[in-house]
Amino acid sequence: MQIKTPKFLLSSGDAILKEAVQRLAQPGRRDFLRRSLTLGGLSMLTGCSLSSNDSVDAALTRVSRFNDDVQAWLFDPNRLAPTYPESMITRPFPFNAYYTQDQVRHVDADSFRLEVSGRVADKHSWTLPELRAMPQVDQITRHICVEGWSAIGRWGGVPFASFLRRVGADLTAKYVGFMCFDDYYTSIDMPTALHPQTQLTLSYDGQILPPKYGFPMKLRMPTKLGYKNPKYIKAIFVTNTYPGGYWEDQGYNWFGGS
Amino acid sequence: MNTNPQIIHPGWLRAMHWINAVAVVTLVMSGWRIYDATGFMGFEIPAVLTLGGWLGGAIQWHFAAMWVLGINGLLYLALNIGTGRLARKFFPLSPRALAADIRAALAGKLAHADPRHYNMVQRLAYLFVMLDSVLLVLSGLVLWKSVQFPLLRELLGGYEVARRVHFLAMAALVAFAVVHLTMVALVPRTLVYMVRGR
Repeated sequence: MQIKTPKFLLSSGDAILKEAVQRLAQPGRRDFLRRSLTLGGLSMLTGCSLSSNDSVDAALTRVSRFNDDVQAWLFDPNRLAPTYPESMITRPFPFNAYYTQDQVRHVDADSFRLEVSGRVADKHSWTLPELRAMPQVDQITRHICVEGWSAIGRWGGVPFASFLRRVGADLTAKYVGFMCFDDYYTSIDMPTALHPQTQLTLSYDGQILPPKYGFPMKLRMPTKLGYKNPKYIKAIFVTNTYPGGYWEDQGYNWFGGS
Repeated sequence: MNTNPQIIHPGWLRAMHWINAVAVVTLVMSGWRIYDATGFMGFEIPAVLTLGGWLGGAIQWHFAAMWVLGINGLLYLALNIGTGRLARKFFPLSPRALAADIRAALAGKLAHADPRHYNMVQRLAYLFVMLDSVLLVLSGLVLWKSVQFPLLRELLGGYEVARRVHFLAMAALVAFAVVHLTMVALVPRTLVYMVRGR
């Protein structure tokens, strides 16, 4: 198909083009055009990963790091998240992962060993009976998802601070990282790891943790958003090197506190 | 502060107004994208009206713009109260004068003779949007850090209630903005005052 040139362009097209070239030849105008186009671009950032502009991305990431610091400063290691009566438990507790429920991992209980590495004195791998032999606690807390919804569940297991002390972890280290059977990974700050409600969770609602909620174990933290609570944990490491996380590396805030 | 009697809005107020406008547009558009992650009120906001592209991006915009609104809002309130502008411009409120102004507005006869003077409808609308913004920031704080602000969380009825409060306060702000922009369209010289100050 041939594109017809509109009539008015046939007569005045050359003149318009000439004027446009002249205008663009002035560097001030060109800069202004470029800046105004960028401003326009700001309103059209939908549909890209974060934005189409690297410097905007970098600035947003810097603010996100600043928000990590503010949240670490706001975090009170002695302030407890609210607990709820049994009647308020959300049933069924929602399934949530970066995949659908039919892709849930099934881990073999007998061959399972929890690896512990990094800045810890005792690096032996843990069996499930060993973990179940440690003193357990139950708590009914609210899980808050980054998407906005929330649900109340009952979780039982070993207070994570007890576990870290038991393995002789360097409690002055910055991070505790987690590797999972579903290829998920995340990391948390040491003050949150030592929070009294942070729990190495082995049971849900009085039963062995079912596969859909992360068998053989998950880390449950009512002081953090859902994506900071890893399921299907296979390895724990203590480190001073920033380990990142599955969602965090894509732009979710690292501290992810609630 | 304001020695030139010609000046209707002082410079600081105009600067804050426009910073606030940018912050609010950013917060509302990114907030709509965050809302779409669950759509808990039973509808979705069309993607073209949202900012950030995906949930992680929207949250980054939202949590950057919240500092702009928070700091700008605190400075605005401090200067308004400190300079006596709040008391001078928005008070007294009189129900009788309000009723008269509403009747005049509905009849299309509400006078705009003196732009330095806010009529009762304007006073009430601007006071409302100030209080609504405070509610937005406080309910936002609960959503952001519900464990760290227990008193605020309980005052707002817990996490899930705070979430609805935040949404409804946003809807009220957007409704205000629609009326506000309609009034500006009807009396365009107010836009000039807000840009040039006179």
